[in-house]
Amino acid sequence: MNNFFLLARQELALTLIIFILLFIKVGTKEWSNRALLNLINGLLLVNFLSGFFFYEGGVLFNEMFHTGRLLVLEKNILNLGVLIISCQGYDWLMKHKHVVEFYVLLLSTLLGMFFMISSGNLLMFYLGLELSSIPLAAIANFDLEKRQSSEAAMKFIISSAFSSGLLLFGISMVYGSSGTLVFSEIPQHLTGSPLQLFALVLLIAGFAFKISAVPFHLWTADVYEGSPVTVTAYLSVISKGAAIFVFVSVLYTVLQPLAAAWYNIVFLLSVLTMIIGNLFALRQSNFKRLLAFSSIAQAGFILVGISGGSQAGKASAIYFILVYVFSNLGAFGVVAIVSAITGKEDTASYKGFHKTNPFLAWVMAISLFSLAGIPPAAGFFGKFFLLIAGAGKGNYVLIVVAALNMIISLYYYLTIVKIMFIDRNDHEPMAKLPLHIYPRMALVLCMTGILVLGLIGEVYEYIFSLSL
Amino acid sequence: MNLSLLVILPLLTVIAVVCCKGLKQVRTVSFIGASAQFLLAFFLLVVYWQERASGNSTAMLFQADYIWYASFNIHYHIGVDGISVAMILLTAFVVLAGVLVSWDVDTMPKEFFFLLIFLSAGAYGFFISLDLFMLFFFLELAVIPKFLLIGIWGSGRKEYSAMKLALLLMAGSALVFTGLVGLYFNTDISDGKHSFDLLQVAQMAVPLQAQLLFFPFVFVGFGIFGALFPFHTWVPDGHSSAPTAASMFLAGISMKLGGYGCLRVAVYLMPDAAHVYAPYIILLATIAIIYGAFTTMMQKDLKYINAYSSVSHCGFVLLGIGMLTKTSVAGAVMQMVSHGLMTALFFAGIGMLYSRTHTRMTEKLGGLLKMMPFISTVFVLAGLCSLGLPGLSGFVAEMTVFMGSWQNPDNLYRLATILACASIVVTAVYILRAVGQTVMGPVTDSHYNNLSDARWNEKLAAVVLLMGIVAIGVAPFWLNKLVTPGADRIIEQTSKTITIK
Repeated sequence: MNNFFLLARQELALTLIIFILLFIKVGTKEWSNRALLNLINGLLLVNFLSGFFFYEGGVLFNEMFHTGRLLVLEKNILNLGVLIISCQGYDWLMKHKHVVEFYVLLLSTLLGMFFMISSGNLLMFYLGLELSSIPLAAIANFDLEKRQSSEAAMKFIISSAFSSGLLLFGISMVYGSSGTLVFSEIPQHLTGSPLQLFALVLLIAGFAFKISAVPFHLWTADVYEGSPVTVTAYLSVISKGAAIFVFVSVLYTVLQPLAAAWYNIVFLLSVLTMIIGNLFALRQSNFKRLLAFSSIAQAGFILVGISGGSQAGKASAIYFILVYVFSNLGAFGVVAIVSAITGKEDTASYKGFHKTNPFLAWVMAISLFSLAGIPPAAGFFGKFFLLIAGAGKGNYVLIVVAALNMIISLYYYLTIVKIMFIDRNDHEPMAKLPLHIYPRMALVLCMTGILVLGLIGEVYEYIFSLSL
Repeated sequence: MNLSLLVILPLLTVIAVVCCKGLKQVRTVSFIGASAQFLLAFFLLVVYWQERASGNSTAMLFQADYIWYASFNIHYHIGVDGISVAMILLTAFVVLAGVLVSWDVDTMPKEFFFLLIFLSAGAYGFFISLDLFMLFFFLELAVIPKFLLIGIWGSGRKEYSAMKLALLLMAGSALVFTGLVGLYFNTDISDGKHSFDLLQVAQMAVPLQAQLLFFPFVFVGFGIFGALFPFHTWVPDGHSSAPTAASMFLAGISMKLGGYGCLRVAVYLMPDAAHVYAPYIILLATIAIIYGAFTTMMQKDLKYINAYSSVSHCGFVLLGIGMLTKTSVAGAVMQMVSHGLMTALFFAGIGMLYSRTHTRMTEKLGGLLKMMPFISTVFVLAGLCSLGLPGLSGFVAEMTVFMGSWQNPDNLYRLATILACASIVVTAVYILRAVGQTVMGPVTDSHYNNLSDARWNEKLAAVVLLMGIVAIGVAPFWLNKLVTPGADRIIEQTSKTITIK
């Protein structure tokens, strides 16, 4: 029983926060939004910091749930991301009437992701997946007065139901052909029979939906555009990060006997995802849509690393997610603040942004440089390692395609920089935006992460040593 | 001496700049930082000579090696030989002059000097790197500051030029990246580990197949930085739109990253492939020299004149590298240094003229020697250096390249050398015409009569650069002695392996 409290402590901590929030809601005392947000951000900070104690691994519930140093680290990365997103959403949430509900739903999806990451059984994995996607649809609808927001929620729930269907179909075939659902037993029964290959395709398709890889990306742009910025940031970083973590560990352990087969699929997915994501991003004028397509392209880069199939492949994918948390949230943080205060989300309204809001403009620029993979930002290291891991198999075609895509992506990232720093604004530029302490701290944290992470080699080496 | 200081010093300056307020503080801090770099570079030269004089003949001096990313075998490995020292000196000269000519940048001065000094940190880092990952890191570090410098403080079609430059240079680094990764996976040190270490890879025989495959990637990639024909198109647009100091940096330092990379990475690490591809390199270099020269004839804008002539002059660098003889490679390095100083001076001169007359068109200028004797003299001297007048650095460098090229007995190579030599005549035509129209003859516009000559900062900038040019021109042996051992080592590498084939 002691084991249970120690091993599942990150999940329990989240559950505890959810319960505290529920009690606040049913209680008689009316809480102001300010007090609520102070409390919640404090709790999330404690939750994040508590992740750093006690790292031992173990197994619970007949191998349904397992944990270890790497999994704890992955959950810590997600905790950090949620903390940053919560701080950045401050301006939006202050005006919102349903803060408690928002956090209860948000943290339930995070809880689902934790169970998904820790799952040792396909059923447990499916349970975690569903817990992580259904409440997400509810918070995608949280701009209650906007029709677009409901549309986004609808699109999200339909597409995620569809992908769950694919996954379930795949899972049933795996069960049918191997007779087991336990992760540690499946590899021995994988023979590469046609039925199992079909199951493999279905499983990968299910994952591809979650990480929005082309050709399963069609829901992404609309959902990202319609949802509130805070939710978009959550979808593109946390949700995608969790899916990548699970995808890597499933491919590298459970499906390892079929490595030759999935290598080709992942290769194809990565090339398509990079090219389509980048080409579509070129012509976007809505900031959230632009970031949506850029995040599709980034998923393509991650798939390059995953296709390497080595220890470096796993480590570089996880490291990239860490980098991606800082870089993408830096960019989303600025969009969130601008959108919450002015309501503007198109790129053109950022003209002359640097004149009035130099700090935010530099944060945005540095985040975009990191996403584009320009040194000394951490994104440079993340991408470099992904590509080296991908080249480990001697597939230089993939590297050339990825390198070309880095040029395309630089174009649209630089276009934003150009709009903020160079373009003259004929109208009045955006007024100086007030910056509350929470968003400011979150942005400073992102900047520190971007600028420092790459220069410290130990971070990557630590992840590498864990991802055996 | 601790070479990391060369990177740390600019970074400290950058941090100090961020903390400053107002143009006056920012430029004072930048000037102090640039002067410190200048002194440091000279100190490096002195200790380098001392070390060499005391009989230390290892390939790279002052090495330091720390593990950065153990699992990929990436190190923070630094060291210098004569070629690097020459390039570091060049950088220090151009940075100091660049800060001085930007004395009156009043729009966003903090950002301007920040980017300028940051750029120099990237250049120093590039020249001291002995690890290919580090080298690539510093190469890419320099792309974005250039984009911002041109885009924000530039003139004319600045957005277009800035974007073109950033994308082409990024394409260059993408090619370099592919080549480096390919090279990396073809080096095998113990138990399946690979190496990014320049010296280690040089000791290894990289398989010929891999060399043939990846040499073009690395060479063309660096070549884009060094204005290799037909990828030179960013040069004229970028230079002409950039503010004065950025033009100086672009031509004086950034283009040299390309030449240095071609030499140090492509030729040094893949010597067999260098022999195979040498004819193509020479062909492209010769085209660049002649095409650049003739295109310059047609230009009317002073900045375009200098930019296209840069394409032509950088062709000599690539020609020297492609010829693969000891003298020609030494000449190529000297041409890099000489061209760096000379174009920086030229751009500084153009900048000073432009800030007074507000035009760069040769037909609108005239008779400026009367009002601005100092600036005009600088302008004439830069022109004379460009056309290779003995006594100035251009002559020495180009002469060495030709001497080295002529050592190749092959008829085709000789033809290329003769054509390249012939381009000097064209150079003389356009330089003399441009200089003559601008500073001599009658005063074309009565407004020009009220213009003032150079101020102290501009004079100091010009004097600093002229010092370098004259020092090389009058006493070329010291530079020659500095770069020759490094050049010899690279060529010995190529001749060592030529027998294998």
